[in-house]
Amino acid sequence: MSGILTISEHRQGELTPASFEVVSAARELKAEKDQKLMVAILASDPDKYAKQLNLEGVDEIIRIKTPEEEFQVDAYEAAIRELIEDRRPSVALVPHSVDAWSYAPVIAVRGDYGFATDVFGIRYDGDDLVATRAAYAEKLHMELGFPGRETVLLTVRGNVYKPVESEGSAEMMDFDAPSVVARTQHLEYIEPESGGDVDITQAEYMLSIGRGIEDEDNVEQFRELTDLMGFTLGCSRPIADSGWLPKSRQVGQSGKTVANCKVYLALGISGSVQHLAGMKHVPNIIAINKDPEASIFSVARFGIVGDLFEIADEMKNHFE
Amino acid sequence: MKILVPIKQIAVLDEDFELLDDGMGANPDFLDYELNEWDDYSYEEALRIMEANEGVEVVPVTVGPEQADDALRQCLAKGGERGIRVWDDAVEGSDPCAIARILAKVAEREQPDLVFTGTLSSDHSFAQTGMSLAAYLGWPHTAVVNRLEFKPGESKATVHRELEGGVEEKMAIDVPAVLTIQLGINEPRYASLRGIKQAKSKEIEVLSHEDLGLSDEDVGVKGSLSQLRRMEVPEKGQAEFIEGTPAEQASRLAEIIKELKGAA
Repeated sequence: MSGILTISEHRQGELTPASFEVVSAARELKAEKDQKLMVAILASDPDKYAKQLNLEGVDEIIRIKTPEEEFQVDAYEAAIRELIEDRRPSVALVPHSVDAWSYAPVIAVRGDYGFATDVFGIRYDGDDLVATRAAYAEKLHMELGFPGRETVLLTVRGNVYKPVESEGSAEMMDFDAPSVVARTQHLEYIEPESGGDVDITQAEYMLSIGRGIEDEDNVEQFRELTDLMGFTLGCSRPIADSGWLPKSRQVGQSGKTVANCKVYLALGISGSVQHLAGMKHVPNIIAINKDPEASIFSVARFGIVGDLFEIADEMKNHFE
Repeated sequence: MKILVPIKQIAVLDEDFELLDDGMGANPDFLDYELNEWDDYSYEEALRIMEANEGVEVVPVTVGPEQADDALRQCLAKGGERGIRVWDDAVEGSDPCAIARILAKVAEREQPDLVFTGTLSSDHSFAQTGMSLAAYLGWPHTAVVNRLEFKPGESKATVHRELEGGVEEKMAIDVPAVLTIQLGINEPRYASLRGIKQAKSKEIEVLSHEDLGLSDEDVGVKGSLSQLRRMEVPEKGQAEFIEGTPAEQASRLAEIIKELKGAA
């Protein structure tokens, strides 16, 4: 078996950034062991996206016409499964996206392929493919192997591989999707409520609070500190889920990416992968946490292990 | 109608820990066990359907050793009359797909109308078990559900799928279905003292993989789609740690922040 296949994803008419990241991961693998790089796109009009996928290193773009433009899980599973059976790649890389969380495990189980999710390292050890992913809430890494598997399906963590941008000279191919009975129906997209107050994606200086603030009554004191410092207040998921701050303030995969942030002060945020996805690119991350092993420190430039209430109180004296 | 809720007792690594000598994991002396946070939400969602309708049964099931009974009883303390736990030595080392194969056999026995799992578990974050289970059952399925509208007897449920960037997709799904439930879909209740007491005497049926008609090849490492090679402690980040009393730390931190703001 030879060849690397990547699956591209799109939503609301745009290819997702992760679609370009999986091509980057595939190119690294191709550099280690030369094999054909195939990029598949499933859409009602795949031509709309196919040209953008003509990236350096891609040998073949496979256009698969689906009955619907929107993601439909049964259609994706059937088409990707049949494509893998037809092309027999050694590796198939898909984004570790919400869509893939629905379809990737099903394809792996039905095809009896090697399978690992949320992978951020892929390499060959001799002929064997090895995938690295996190374990125990990011405190350890685990290496997985897939002995005896002709095809290995991996979902690739976001924001790890730098998206490929340069143009290539790929050949365009078409592949017929099998017809399926769709057992889910897209009804509509619901955009997040703006919250009206602030767009954190524009903020340059942010102070974000997490579970470590312990109680809704404590939000106020951090809001005060944030205002004193001239920062913008953000939060991690548990704070928004509890309704202590509006969802529009949430940083992370299911919240916002703070694209323009220069300094990010994380208070009482342990640093789940989902949160890191929205902020780990920030050049100056400062974290305060009582747990010295908290994964937020792995992306921080400065760290303080300690009581965030005491430190926040003291901080107020410096910003009056 | 019946809702089957697969749950997981997760292992939390202590602040200080050691790896096993063979590098195949953390030394269990440094692990604490608790119910996966996501499963608190999936179980709550099932209980809400049970309470809002007549004749709905909720059954928690787990794959794990005896200590996992604690996680089942934590659920049963909030509602439900019985739980199921599957375990034997051959099951050790199963990846999420092998676990899903076991859960699918339980589902075939129990014949539920809905299966709710957590979207992922906070220990290894595979996000794999629920949808793999759907694959074995051949059922309609969707992941990351943060809103659910369903009346027993109806042939479809309406769900919201939480997508990236705060966008949601409203969709319809045929029932029976397997859904993975996202945090924030509800506010899980706390168990009452009475509930906790009652849960102690609720029935937990213990099954082996053979009881479910599975062979040794179906479970453990042999039944898995991946094999653990080793675990390791990742390299530390480059964070510069600020030491001292809280006052000293705050003072240095303020200095750094002013510098960074000034420079920008």
